[in-house]
Amino acid sequence: MAVQAILGRKIGMTQIFDETGQAIPVSVIEAGPCVVTQIKTPEKDGYVAVQVGFGEVSPKRVNKPMKGHFKKANVSPLRHLREVPVDDLSGIEVGQEIRVADVFKAGDKVKVTGTSKGRGFQGVVKRHHFHGGPQSHGSMIHRKPQSSGATDAARTFKGVKKPGHMGAERVTQKGLTIVRVDAERNLLLVRGAVPGANGGLLYIARDERG
Amino acid sequence: MASAQEIIAEITKDQLRHDLPEFGPGDTVRVHAKVIEGNKERIQVFEGVVIARKHGGISETFTVRKISHGVGVERTFMLHSPRIDKIEVVRRGKVRRAKLYYLRKKIGKAARIKELRTPR
Repeated sequence: MAVQAILGRKIGMTQIFDETGQAIPVSVIEAGPCVVTQIKTPEKDGYVAVQVGFGEVSPKRVNKPMKGHFKKANVSPLRHLREVPVDDLSGIEVGQEIRVADVFKAGDKVKVTGTSKGRGFQGVVKRHHFHGGPQSHGSMIHRKPQSSGATDAARTFKGVKKPGHMGAERVTQKGLTIVRVDAERNLLLVRGAVPGANGGLLYIARDERG
Repeated sequence: MASAQEIIAEITKDQLRHDLPEFGPGDTVRVHAKVIEGNKERIQVFEGVVIARKHGGISETFTVRKISHGVGVERTFMLHSPRIDKIEVVRRGKVRRAKLYYLRKKIGKAARIKELRTPR
């Protein structure tokens, strides 16, 4: 199969036992089926890719321009659209369904991209792993950030670690191993943790490094 | 669409073990665990009092405590692990709480547990 990535939804984590009886921590991902909604060709777009959609959505939630886009592809509206890389376009048609077993098999290395859990406004100890000060012995420095730069600079340089909003950002976890592909239930079992909360959208792509 | 819990239960369903006896905290059990030494596999028996059962589903574990050469030894097993050959319930204990961590501070006679006698 030519498509190199798939969209999915994080279900949660559990553990399974391998042949040797070792417990493996796994993330369960509901991956696909994705529907091809558009094909990007070198002649028209200057590069090669495939746009795929994933997830049910009520037609009421889809605005008119998007309805037109889905109508052009002759598919029912989908919640998420993403572009995925392909190695060649042969055998790919608009409206075609891509299932998880077409893309990955057990043992493959993948990278998983998602949106991390939002933590809100956080201090430097949690956000940047500062050590913090002593809690007692007259210390008045518990979780404060302390100096934000030299005095002769007369300003604070950009990029100095400060308290602020944490999480809810795009995170990619690379080098994860696929433990099992469940073609019937469209499930993907990946060793280890993946970014984001349960129910969050994930982009699972082949990890070329490995 | 099935809920997240249902999907996870479905995945782990065929790895759950139903061949093990029922036991709980306070019971004395003999656990036959498979150990791999080099490339040989043998059975190791660990006998002691169950002091806790934790978690649920496929992740459930239980902790067994025994006194070995005067030293308290605790070992936590994964209940559904294929490395457990069998579990024998030696004695049923009468206890009033789910976690018997207080036994760690008791020695000798004080660490005994009354046997549960079921009326017939």
